[in-house]
Amino acid sequence: MPQAAVKRTPKAPRQEPRRLDAASRVSGCAEVELALDANQARLEALRCLDCKDPTCVEACPLHIDIRSFIRLIVEGDFEGALEKISERSPFPAICGRVCQHELYCEKACKLGKKLQPVAIGDLERFAAGFEGLRPAASAATPAGSSGQPWVALVGSGPASLLAAHDLARLGYRVRIFEALHDFGGVLRYGVPPFRLPRDILDAQIHRLRQMGVEFCSNFVVGKTCSLDELFREGHQAVFLATGAGVPHLMGIPGENLVGVYTANEFLTRLNLMEAYRFPDADTPVRAGQRAVIVGGGNAAMDAARWARRLGCETTILFRRGRSELRARLEEITRAEEEGVRFEFLAAPVRIIGDEAGLAAEVECIRMRLGEPDESGRPAPAPIEGSEFRIAADLVVEAIGQSPNQTLQRATPSIATQRGKIAVDEAGRTSVPRVFAGGDVARGGSTVILAMRDGRAAADAIHRALSQPVAEASA
Amino acid sequence: MNRILQKEWLTPQVARLRVEAPRIARRWKPGQFVILRPAPASERIPLTIVEGSPEEGTITLVVQIAGKTTAVTAHLEPGQSLADLVGPLGEPATVARFGSVLCVGGGVGVAEVLPIARGLRAAGNRVAVLCGARSAAQIILAAELREAVDEVAWATDDGSAGFSGTVAGLMRQWRGERPARLDAVFCIGPVPMMQAVAELTRLWAVPTFASLNPIMVDGTGMCGGCRVTVGGQVRFACVEGPEFDAHQVDFNELAARNRAYLELERRAFERHRCRLGLGC
Repeated sequence: MPQAAVKRTPKAPRQEPRRLDAASRVSGCAEVELALDANQARLEALRCLDCKDPTCVEACPLHIDIRSFIRLIVEGDFEGALEKISERSPFPAICGRVCQHELYCEKACKLGKKLQPVAIGDLERFAAGFEGLRPAASAATPAGSSGQPWVALVGSGPASLLAAHDLARLGYRVRIFEALHDFGGVLRYGVPPFRLPRDILDAQIHRLRQMGVEFCSNFVVGKTCSLDELFREGHQAVFLATGAGVPHLMGIPGENLVGVYTANEFLTRLNLMEAYRFPDADTPVRAGQRAVIVGGGNAAMDAARWARRLGCETTILFRRGRSELRARLEEITRAEEEGVRFEFLAAPVRIIGDEAGLAAEVECIRMRLGEPDESGRPAPAPIEGSEFRIAADLVVEAIGQSPNQTLQRATPSIATQRGKIAVDEAGRTSVPRVFAGGDVARGGSTVILAMRDGRAAADAIHRALSQPVAEASA
Repeated sequence: MNRILQKEWLTPQVARLRVEAPRIARRWKPGQFVILRPAPASERIPLTIVEGSPEEGTITLVVQIAGKTTAVTAHLEPGQSLADLVGPLGEPATVARFGSVLCVGGGVGVAEVLPIARGLRAAGNRVAVLCGARSAAQIILAAELREAVDEVAWATDDGSAGFSGTVAGLMRQWRGERPARLDAVFCIGPVPMMQAVAELTRLWAVPTFASLNPIMVDGTGMCGGCRVTVGGQVRFACVEGPEFDAHQVDFNELAARNRAYLELERRAFERHRCRLGLGC
C-alpha cells in the first residue's frame, strides 16, 4: 500500500491510555498506566502530520526516527515500529514509561502548536509491548567474542545500560559493576513498580545479559577495588555512571526525628527493598497516618503516591507555584487523582516532635514569588508571620540529589566540578581511557539524558580503542 | 561466592562466621564494615569486619542475634552462602601512634574493638582493653584479646566475673589505679555505654573515638538513614564514619533514631520464630 494513501487526521482528539481507577491503584503497587490498545494506537498515529522536516526527531535525545515508527503503526506493522525505534533506542519499554516526553519530542511536535501534540511517548510504550515477540538478542554481531577488549561500566543505571548495549553491539566485552545488590540504578531504587514494573526492568537487564554483558553486584568501585585496579585487571576503558545518589537535606530543626526520611531512603526501602510487603519482605518502612512530602520533582510525586498506598493522608509541600513543578506532567496528574493534596507556595521551617522523639507536625511558612533566580524560575521568599502547621508523622524530603563522592575521593586524579565529574562533550574525564556520563557528570537530571551520555561515551570509547596503539590517550 | 567456611557459637546469642571474600580481605582496614543480606528477601545490615586474611581470602564477622536478620545470619552453616555481601565500607579507624591507649568494648562491641586494638598495638601503642558483658556467660574472645594487647579486664553487670558493674565503672577504677598518661580512648558498644565512656573521658580531657552503630540501608551514602549529628553538623556514618569524635556525637539523637523500628522488628522476629516453631 503506497504510504501517501493513508489520510492523517490531526484534528482528532488525542488518545488517552487506559488507567487503573484511583481506588484500585492505592490499594497496591500494580502498574497504573496501561498501554494504548491497537485501535487507539492506530488512531493516535493517524494524528501525526508526517512532517517532511520532523523536529521531534532532533528533539529526542536519542534521535529515534519517530516519524517512521509512527508511520509503521499507521500501517499496522507494530513489530516493525519496534524495530525502527530499536535502531536508535534499546529501551522503549523504559523510556515509554519514564521519559519526560513533554520536554522533548512532544514539545517539538508541530501539531502541538495549535492542537494537542501527538502522544509520542504512549506510542513508544505501545510499540515496546511487542518486545516479547522479538528474537532474544538484538545484537546482530556476536558480542563478547574472545580477544575483544573489555570495557568496565561503573553503575548500572540508564547511562550504563545504554553504553553496555552499544558497546556489546560493537562486539566489545562489557562488564557492569553495581554497588547495590540489584541492577538498574535509579530505575530500580527510585522509580516505583507502579510506574515501571519490576519484570519490565528485569527483562531489559536480561536482554543485555543475552548480548553477553556481565553484571557484578555488590561492587563499589573506590571501596571494593580502585579505578586503577579495573585497568590492571584487564579493562581497556572505564565509563563512570554512578549517578547522583546523595540526598539533599533541608537543614531545618527536627530533621533527624524518627519518621523523617530523605526521598532516597523512603523510595529505596519501598522500591528496592520492597518494604510495602513487610513482613513478607524483611525491610520495614514507617508509614504513619499523615505524610508531608517536600519537593516538586519526580521523587516527590513518587514518594507521595507511595505514601497514599501506605494509607497516609498525603500533602505535597512546594515552595513555588504549580507551574514551577518539575515532575513529569503524567505523575502530577496521577498523584492528584490518587488523593495527594498540594500545598503550593509553602515551605517547611521546622519539624516538631512529640515526647517520644517522633515527628508530629511540620511548621511551614507561606511564600511569595519574586524575581527569577539562577534556575530561571521566580525566586520564592517567605511571607513574614504567615507560619502555619500541618500534622505529620511521616515527612519525606525530596529536594534534590548530588553525585556520590566515594569514587572521586578514592581517585584524586579525576577532576571534578562542584562534586560532579568534569567531562568534555565526548564524556572524557581528566584520566585517560576514563569516561563519565549521566547524573554523576550532570548533577541530578533525567533518564533520557543519561542514556544519551551513555551512547556518547560508548562511541568515544569505541573511537579511543580503535586507534592505533601509539595514540594511547583517549 | 560469599560462602561460609567456618562457623561457631561464641555464646547462645553470638556467632562467629568466617566468610569467603577475597577482595574485601585484601582491602579492609580496622574500623571498616560490610553490608550483607543473608537471604534473598533479607534486610541489608552492617557488620563490623573483625578479622581479614588476604592470604586465605576470608573475613571474620561476629553477629549478635537482635532480630530476624541477625538470627538468620547467625544460623548460617558452613557451605551456605550469604545472598549479598559488599565491602569494605566506611572509613578506617584512626589507627596512629598515640602512646598509651584504652579500648572499651561492650557486648558484641568487644569483637568489633579487637581489630582496632590489634591495629593500635601494631602501630606501637601500649594498649589496654576494658570489656563489658552482662554476665560471665556472655564473655567472648577473651583469649584473642589477651594475646593481642598489653592488658585486658572485664566488667559484668551481675558480678559473675571481673568487676561488678558497668564498663564505665570499671574504667573509673582502672584509671584511679593507673594515673599514668592516657593518650586516646576508642569505644564500641551500645549507645548508653559509649555515652557513659565519652562523659568520663571528657572529664579526663582524653581524645575519644566512638564507632557508631546507626541503622543503615545501603551503606554507601545514598539514603541518609545513618545520619548522625556530630558537633552540630549532620554526617552520614556509613561514609564519613562509622568512627567519630565521641565528645561531639549527639548520642541521645542516635539512641532515639535507633529505636525507630523496634516495634516493627519485634513483630517480624516473632513471626519468624513462630514459623520456625520456636514458640509464638
